[in-house]
Amino acid sequence: MLAKRIIPCLDVRDGRTVKGVNFVNLRDAGDAVELASLYASQGADELTFLDITATVEERKTFTALVRRIADVIDIPFTVGGGIKTVSDVGVLLESGADKISINSAAVRDPSLIDTLSKEFGSQCVVCAIDVRETSDSPFRWEVYVNGGRLATGLDAISWGKEVADRGAGEILLTSMDHDGTKQGFAIELTNTFSNQLDIPIIASGGAGTMEHFAEILIKGAADAALAASLFHFHEIDIPDLKIFLQKRGIPIRLTN
Amino acid sequence: MHRSVAIVRYNAGNTRSVLCALHRLGYDGIVTDDPVRLAKASRVIFPGVGEASSAMKHIIGNRLSDTIATLRQPFLGICLGMQLMCSHSEEQDTQCLGIFDTHVKKFPKGYMKIPHMGWNTLSSNSLPISADQTLLPWCYFVHSFYVPLCDQTIAACDYGNIAFSAALGKNNYFGLQFHPEKSGQYGTLLLRSFIEEDWMGRY
Repeated sequence: MLAKRIIPCLDVRDGRTVKGVNFVNLRDAGDAVELASLYASQGADELTFLDITATVEERKTFTALVRRIADVIDIPFTVGGGIKTVSDVGVLLESGADKISINSAAVRDPSLIDTLSKEFGSQCVVCAIDVRETSDSPFRWEVYVNGGRLATGLDAISWGKEVADRGAGEILLTSMDHDGTKQGFAIELTNTFSNQLDIPIIASGGAGTMEHFAEILIKGAADAALAASLFHFHEIDIPDLKIFLQKRGIPIRLTN
Repeated sequence: MHRSVAIVRYNAGNTRSVLCALHRLGYDGIVTDDPVRLAKASRVIFPGVGEASSAMKHIIGNRLSDTIATLRQPFLGICLGMQLMCSHSEEQDTQCLGIFDTHVKKFPKGYMKIPHMGWNTLSSNSLPISADQTLLPWCYFVHSFYVPLCDQTIAACDYGNIAFSAALGKNNYFGLQFHPEKSGQYGTLLLRSFIEEDWMGRY
């Protein structure tokens, strides 16, 4: 049976993980490759790396990092952050990334999704969608860009359907209302996406407890759940989480 | 035991991932479309991500189809590589290499999410791994087309209500629908077994 996936997310600047990495058993907690290896050995099902740098020079560092990750990691990984063009994607895939994630650039130019899925295949195109609940629109959830700061006026459900139609292979769905709260994932939002779209949905934002993961995978019908600081700060360890989820009857890949 | 491993160079190969996996196993691996170098290698790997018709155009245009058909050493197609070794694919109605006497179908819409993406176990498995039989065969899949069960199926997987071929085998030709280079410990063991053990004559 297809397993539900647990995905740690690492924010990267200058080849190093930033914000909230607190591992005592790493020689260098900031080294993205070392942290990635640790997560892979603990049973993470995939990894996501977000490049939070802005300059061209730093982008080269990120590409070099992608090559180092591909050298050592034997599970799939996605890279995202600032990807705008076909050639950006080509470089990252050639460097060994399995999937790329696009967000604001797809909202600005939706045809980018078609181009990328035709050029490289849907399987490597992840569309990240940042969402906030709205009270003054004809729809319930609105798409935000620029790290959740800029409202687009787009209905999140319609946008989700559009990116799937244009060839995205997967959606990384982040509820900005839940992100950072540790009060649980956005269950209704995720469930609506998962039931209305026929591509996999990764839920992100709001994880605080192991029960939250069970909720989003069962009630939210998410195909995967992503979290960052919770894992980085050892608040939840992946092996414990996966055993917990399996005991709840969720199909999970246990490696040992 | 040192063996030389060649990876077929063409326009749909995720060669870097496979090369990295070979490096982790201690093999250099060469990426080539030269018939002589391919024929000399002790193992040949035919990776693939992307779309069938453009891959086949490239393969035919570069006369790789004849080269592949005449190879006698163990040959392993991965993902799209395995599908291209079948006779026909519903993806853009593409004639393929015809090494396996079976066709490639599209997962039907409306029943389950497409692509079939993520980790799945094998429902039946006669892949020859001798190293650690206690290891659960968790495999990483990502595909929208599948090979139905057939005479050459050597491992199967279920997705929704469809049972499909996770691996095919015939003489010196083998195919894996999943990505061993991305399937953690099990995938690594499987690749090592393909390179270091003798899979031929088993199927």
